[in-house]
Amino acid sequence: MRVGLMIPCYVDVFYPKAGIAALELLEKLDIDVEYPFDQTCCGQPMANSGCEADARATEELFIRNFAKFEYIVTPSGSCTHHIRNKFIATPPSPERDHVQSHVYDLVEFLHDILKVNEFPWAIFPHKVALHTSCSAIRGLFMQSMSERVHDQKFSKPKALLQGVQGIEFVDFERHDECCGFGGTFSVTEEAVAAKMGYDKVDFIDKSGAEYIVSSDLSCLMHLQGCAGRLQKNLKFLHLAQILNGDKE
Amino acid sequence: MDTREYILANVRKNQPANHELPGVPRFHRQPELLVSEFERSLKYMAGEFLASPPSDFAAYLRENFPNAKTICSAVPEYAGDRKPEDYRNWADAADIDVTIVRSPLGVAETGSVLLTENQLRVNTIGFLAHDIVILLDPKDIVENIHDAYEHRAFRESKYAVLMTGPSGSADIGGKTVHPAQGVMTLTVVMWPAEL
Amino acid sequence: MSVIDQAKNAAEFIEDKTHEVSFDKLIWMLRQKRDEAALQVPEWEQLRDLASAIKEHTLANLGPYLELFEANAKRNGVTVHWARDGHEHNQIVYDILKSRDADTLIKSKSMLTEECGTTPFLQSRGVKVSETDLGERIQQLDDEPPSHIVGPAFQKTTEDVAALFSKVYGSDPNKADPVYLAHVMREHTRPLITEAKAGMTGTNFAIAETGAIVTITNEGNADLSANAPKLRICSVGIEKIIPNNEHLAVFVRLLARSATGMPITQYTSHFRAAREGGEMHVVLVDNGRSDRLGMEKFWPSLKCIRCGACMNTCPVYRRSGGLSYGSTYMGPIGIITMPTFEIRRYSELPFASTLNGSCTNVCPVKINIHEQIYAWRGVMDEKHQTPSLKKQAMIIAGKLLSHPEAYRIATQSTETALKVLPRFAIYNHFNVWGRHREVPAPANETFHEWYRKNRTH
Repeated sequence: MRVGLMIPCYVDVFYPKAGIAALELLEKLDIDVEYPFDQTCCGQPMANSGCEADARATEELFIRNFAKFEYIVTPSGSCTHHIRNKFIATPPSPERDHVQSHVYDLVEFLHDILKVNEFPWAIFPHKVALHTSCSAIRGLFMQSMSERVHDQKFSKPKALLQGVQGIEFVDFERHDECCGFGGTFSVTEEAVAAKMGYDKVDFIDKSGAEYIVSSDLSCLMHLQGCAGRLQKNLKFLHLAQILNGDKE
Repeated sequence: MDTREYILANVRKNQPANHELPGVPRFHRQPELLVSEFERSLKYMAGEFLASPPSDFAAYLRENFPNAKTICSAVPEYAGDRKPEDYRNWADAADIDVTIVRSPLGVAETGSVLLTENQLRVNTIGFLAHDIVILLDPKDIVENIHDAYEHRAFRESKYAVLMTGPSGSADIGGKTVHPAQGVMTLTVVMWPAEL
Repeated sequence: MSVIDQAKNAAEFIEDKTHEVSFDKLIWMLRQKRDEAALQVPEWEQLRDLASAIKEHTLANLGPYLELFEANAKRNGVTVHWARDGHEHNQIVYDILKSRDADTLIKSKSMLTEECGTTPFLQSRGVKVSETDLGERIQQLDDEPPSHIVGPAFQKTTEDVAALFSKVYGSDPNKADPVYLAHVMREHTRPLITEAKAGMTGTNFAIAETGAIVTITNEGNADLSANAPKLRICSVGIEKIIPNNEHLAVFVRLLARSATGMPITQYTSHFRAAREGGEMHVVLVDNGRSDRLGMEKFWPSLKCIRCGACMNTCPVYRRSGGLSYGSTYMGPIGIITMPTFEIRRYSELPFASTLNGSCTNVCPVKINIHEQIYAWRGVMDEKHQTPSLKKQAMIIAGKLLSHPEAYRIATQSTETALKVLPRFAIYNHFNVWGRHREVPAPANETFHEWYRKNRTH
């Protein structure tokens, strides 16, 4: 099984530890992982702004970098959702189809493909608020959504984290409301984005959590910025860092 | 081209590909609990419920609507001070304190009762009055809205309303309050129709 | 007209503190009530599928259904008019009123007449128009458009309403009590109702097989408007047609539960013909709908039954306030419909969304709202509506991100990374990000560098 690891741009620059944790975790599970050197981004910033044509060359580069892999794995629900469901700036091709149908968020890859449920090397005796991104919930169906009241409740990221010794989850209000990041939205609508982030941070802070954990660092980057401004004593970790047993 | 022709032509030109019209199931569940379900639903909508006719209806009305000066009855069970026909100008029904009328249909799912021009005769007595007391034969309660729309009134009446509890508004601060522009209280009495 | 700057309007709404907090709380409560109501109905998702399918069928056969409706309405003695746009609609209404010397009109809440600007049109021609819905009346008294399609005055606090009524009616300004205020309104509106010469209502559903107009209100406003005066005019958007009563049942079960969480709205009223001694007019209004029907990606927005559930769940709407959209329809449904009316004016609305998808999943007729928002962004770029600064940034980002060598040079040191990253991640400078949030600190070493050092030897 040959896996191509995609490290999203903001993880590369701001949160390399999360990328390293994802890589080490896959290696611990005996996966043959390769990080294609020429990768940049999936093109989502342009496409989400409506500038589909400006995303085309970036999509093509992505396809060139990743079409050869059996699986493409990335620690980002947002990028996975974009590649799987919105990768249409380039014309259809067998390579594009392959990339779209073989890309997985790290959580999906561990939960659905590798079916891992124990992480014996990981201990995390802390209170955790799990924030799952909207892309992961309503784009990738990694977790049941509160709108669909009759659906069976489930959460793939939580199921994985439950394999970590000592971890304790806390419930908080409006647990699957959007945090307000939303890509370019976080800047074009900065006041609303920040207010959404403040509310999320407040709800979580009230729950007694020590950590906000997510499989999407874009949400965490935004929430960390909000918590910092509100001077809340909350810590932030990508799920891969906990599953990998990182000491923080 | 006149407007009608223009709109219809543009609609026909732009209609998306056909989609099948689905059949609608009736979603029946517990037909034996209709009256209690009706009661629960009606009370949820702030309506009052009486399980049987009061032994002395006039006394009941005096007691429950002590300030009522004008009671308009559209039913043979009670004489009242006025008949609907007394209101030749329909807007004048605003002077009614209490309207008494019979409904031909109740809906357990929602606590709704049906009223049409056949029962009201002068439609405005149903909502310009301050309070309304509605007689309903428990045999006329159906299980849900799907059943209700089988009633012929929805094909034949000029006016048919499914009225559910008193008028209300949540427009200020999101909390439902009564009064609003229609009736301020609504009572349904389980009262078998005379044969 | 100039472009609506929703982001700026929203920022002002948030800045004010009190209104945003109470609005978010109130509107979120409606979302919670909707969840509770849906939970009570085991066949909820099946009803949503049915509702969507019925609407899709009707829209795919809208021409024949419109004609069937018209024929049946005429058979019932109703006069049917057709209006291509808002102006034609208003003119028809005015002509009917004028020819019958009706200079006082009471209205039941209608989004279509908001869309057409009917009230100002009639008032400028000497017709006294009074809204009877409490929320709509509050907005009318304050000369403000609705902030929510179900609860027009939701953006006002109880204190705001107490102050307004005190100014207009002389009621107690310190009594911020909804029950008291509702009494004040009832007292002052009743005479308007009993003296009106004509009544006007919108339409929730028009039944092709029976020719009936179905209007749903919580106060009996449609019943009053249709029955107290002898002259009754009813405005109908052409997309409001459904085949028959059997289908109506599906929508009645979904509408109130989606909107307010109640099992049904207090008055679900069916008007097949004029009241005794009266006359009834129906105005079928297109106003861009027949064009939208031909828009491959956007016609499903015509399935909308105006419940407001998408607005109630929308985290952006709840923090922005309804007036920030500067439009008749606001929130997610406004974002995907308003550009069909005026693309330039509403070109920024599709960006007032995080694309979180909650709207799509509460929609009782299963409109793919968030996908349409995404698609509208593409349309704005195609139609050259993207602001030039943003467009330039996207072109630069597109070039940089498709050239790995240039990208690596740009991100290999933290100083250059900070200059470049914002460009592609968020096109603008981090100083906007930093207005309300701390800026993330770049790591000492990128993942890329770490991998080169630790895995490639």
